[in-house]
Amino acid sequence: MRVLYFAWLRERVGAATEEVETEASTVAELVAELRARDERHAAAFADLAAVCVALDEEMGDLDAPLAGVREVAFFPPVTGG
Amino acid sequence: MAGARILVRVQEADFDVSEELERLTAGRTDVGAVASFVGLVRDRAGEAAVKGMTLEHWPGATERALTRIAGDAAARWPLQGALIVHRVGPLRPAERIVLAAAASPHRHAAFEATAFLMDWLKTEAPFWKKEETPQGARWVEARESDDAAKARWGA
Repeated sequence: MRVLYFAWLRERVGAATEEVETEASTVAELVAELRARDERHAAAFADLAAVCVALDEEMGDLDAPLAGVREVAFFPPVTGG
Repeated sequence: MAGARILVRVQEADFDVSEELERLTAGRTDVGAVASFVGLVRDRAGEAAVKGMTLEHWPGATERALTRIAGDAAARWPLQGALIVHRVGPLRPAERIVLAAAASPHRHAAFEATAFLMDWLKTEAPFWKKEETPQGARWVEARESDDAAKARWGA
């Protein structure tokens, strides 16, 4: 599965994208796996209230199932305009 | 309105407002109103001085989000065109960030649709601002007032 990070999540993880082998069935399970990887990922996911998620570009939440999903993006609330 | 012209672009370069608005109505003689909004980089954010900012986006997804927002506006109001041009990369104070515009036979639809484009863009399109201040760089936090502005249009 392809995981994307934007803004301060990208900075904390130290990468804009990574390929992840995962058995996670929900976003919450994926986040738990990522957090356990290293301190950088743990720091990125320290405050989940500040993290948005999109599954194949559709907005989702922590309970969203990952079945059939190819790409998960994590990012803070948007601030364009 | 069927056949509304939807023009959406994300770019690092500055844009010419007159040229963009001309593009929205070129070749048509039935447009009565074009409303537009231009967002600029401010040199202050609350108490902090802002020396500049960098705008990050999600290539591909951003353009699709802007196209959807413009399409939603054209479905709500009788628009002949909807335009969004948004810059990314490093920007200095006073530089243009974004242009939103709507063309319609009458002014009310054009005004309202332009406000709608901006309110939805601010909460739905994947852009992130990082400001440079004398205290260092910081990511801009989303504002609750932006959510409230979007909410006034209903879901």
